[in-house]
Amino acid sequence: MTLKKKYLRKKIKNFTINFGPQHPAAHGVLRLVLELKGEIVERADPHIGLLHRGTEKLIEYKNYLQALPYFDRLDYVSMMSQEHTFCLAIEKLFNSKIPIRAQYIRVLFAEITRVLNHLLAVGCHAMDVGAMTPFLWSFEEREKLMEFYERVSGARMHAAYFRPGGVQADIPLGLLNDIFLFVEQFTIRLLEVEDMLTENRIWKQRLVDIGVVSAKSAQEWGFSGVMLRGSGIDWDLRKSQPYEIYNDLKFDVPVGTNGDCYDRYLIRIFEMKESLKIIEQCLNGLPLGIVKSSDKKLTPPSRKDLKQSMESLIHHFKLYTQGFVVPFNETYMGSEAPKGEFGVYLISNNTNRPYRCKIKAPGFAHLQALDYMSKGHLIADVVTIIGTQDIVFGEVDR
Amino acid sequence: MNKQVIISNLRYLSKICPLEKIQIFDDNLIIIVKPNVLVDILTFFKYHISYQFKLLSCISGVDYPMNKYRFKIVYELLSVRYNFRIRIKTFTHELLGVESCDKLFLAGGWYECEIWDMFGVFFKNHSNLKRILTDYGFEGYPLRKDFPLSGFIEMRYHEIEKRVLNESIELCQEYRTFAFLSPWETQNNT
Repeated sequence: MTLKKKYLRKKIKNFTINFGPQHPAAHGVLRLVLELKGEIVERADPHIGLLHRGTEKLIEYKNYLQALPYFDRLDYVSMMSQEHTFCLAIEKLFNSKIPIRAQYIRVLFAEITRVLNHLLAVGCHAMDVGAMTPFLWSFEEREKLMEFYERVSGARMHAAYFRPGGVQADIPLGLLNDIFLFVEQFTIRLLEVEDMLTENRIWKQRLVDIGVVSAKSAQEWGFSGVMLRGSGIDWDLRKSQPYEIYNDLKFDVPVGTNGDCYDRYLIRIFEMKESLKIIEQCLNGLPLGIVKSSDKKLTPPSRKDLKQSMESLIHHFKLYTQGFVVPFNETYMGSEAPKGEFGVYLISNNTNRPYRCKIKAPGFAHLQALDYMSKGHLIADVVTIIGTQDIVFGEVDR
Repeated sequence: MNKQVIISNLRYLSKICPLEKIQIFDDNLIIIVKPNVLVDILTFFKYHISYQFKLLSCISGVDYPMNKYRFKIVYELLSVRYNFRIRIKTFTHELLGVESCDKLFLAGGWYECEIWDMFGVFFKNHSNLKRILTDYGFEGYPLRKDFPLSGFIEMRYHEIEKRVLNESIELCQEYRTFAFLSPWETQNNT
């Protein structure tokens, strides 16, 4: 039997593989359908929703205060930043101001959260790319930061510390001192991480010119935060639409030039340093005073009043069962969470529960662009790009 | 400053563009348009030199079951150039689709999928309209107000059959929503 050439000719198809849902480099439950031509990615199709918990639906059935802890559980590495946005949105609906001390505490902890998030982002990114050490170092530091969370709210992660109208409790004695000590030693730790990575040949080979996003397409894809700044757009909500006391603080906003993964890594490191500056300014400037707004519609009575007056007791009971009633209104509040612009679109209808609470997660917009960013790259670079986008599935899937 | 410019421009805009309504309160600027001119309005705001709302932050859907057009689709636009946000709203119902804007804003693609998934609002000419957040094979539109919080289907792993089973939900007790509000206590600024 002779083989004829025309029978031998095979049809060549692109190879399709499943990446995830259970893959350590997928940062949670991401199912990626990759179409490969050799090792080159032709198309990346992210399938999300494996961690969908229906947060928005649940919030519609809870009163405002009960809805707050859901925000911790969205992006579970930058907990307080998200509570912050929700609280700001409620305060905007109420048109109420919070005391200066509460603002300082909020900013202090928002920046601690930023460090917390960026440590994980850089650490996990490094581990995805192959460097183990920075990951271990950054997790050691994260543990210290979560101890601050614990001391102030009682919970290591899901703090529910920021409340509409202020913060839940004043900071305990000695905490500021310890934060100051932390800042001092952390500056050195950060330098060590930088020593390991910034000039590292392998790190640069893996990151430079990978996942390049131009300024135009960064806007086109609705990027925010580090992803937008990496592409050279000077946009930080803390500067451009300042909330709380960010107006009075001195800090710089790093902006990238090339829009590649390496720039975004540098921006994250730089932002941590800026956050340390802000933390230090907050520690120095923290005024004395109350930490809850005097708007009694929003905040519970003090513990002391609670024990002494019947009215306060009733007030406390009403506030924690019925909750507060928000008049007809709607607002969109965006704030600079570590991952980008975290937005809450809140519609109130003169009851104690939100009519609609849409959560705009930065990761959702970023992950959408994964196909665009990874097209033409090698399969290993997909991991780098997921790392640089700093995806956390709690917020993408909601 | 920028706000003044944009608002004064809007005055002229309402003469030349088919806007239904312009609402301004605090720092929110809301424009309500008819669904058939939505994409044109979005295009206008994106490319007009004195607006440049190039960044689509988010699209959200809201369900008002009592209304004739029960869904509101809310587009949140951001102008990095002028540091300003604008909210564009349109309205639709189950049978009436909305023109997709995913050619105009690439970011819109997934947000529209999400609204299709959650509310069942169809987007015409969308490049890949699919259910995005719910499970494969899910039925119903969860964020509609008439969809119960508990849903209809529950999943569990069957130990003997060694697979995941989908069963209709069984609750030993009715899901309770507590009506805490007493009618004479709501704030009276309607």
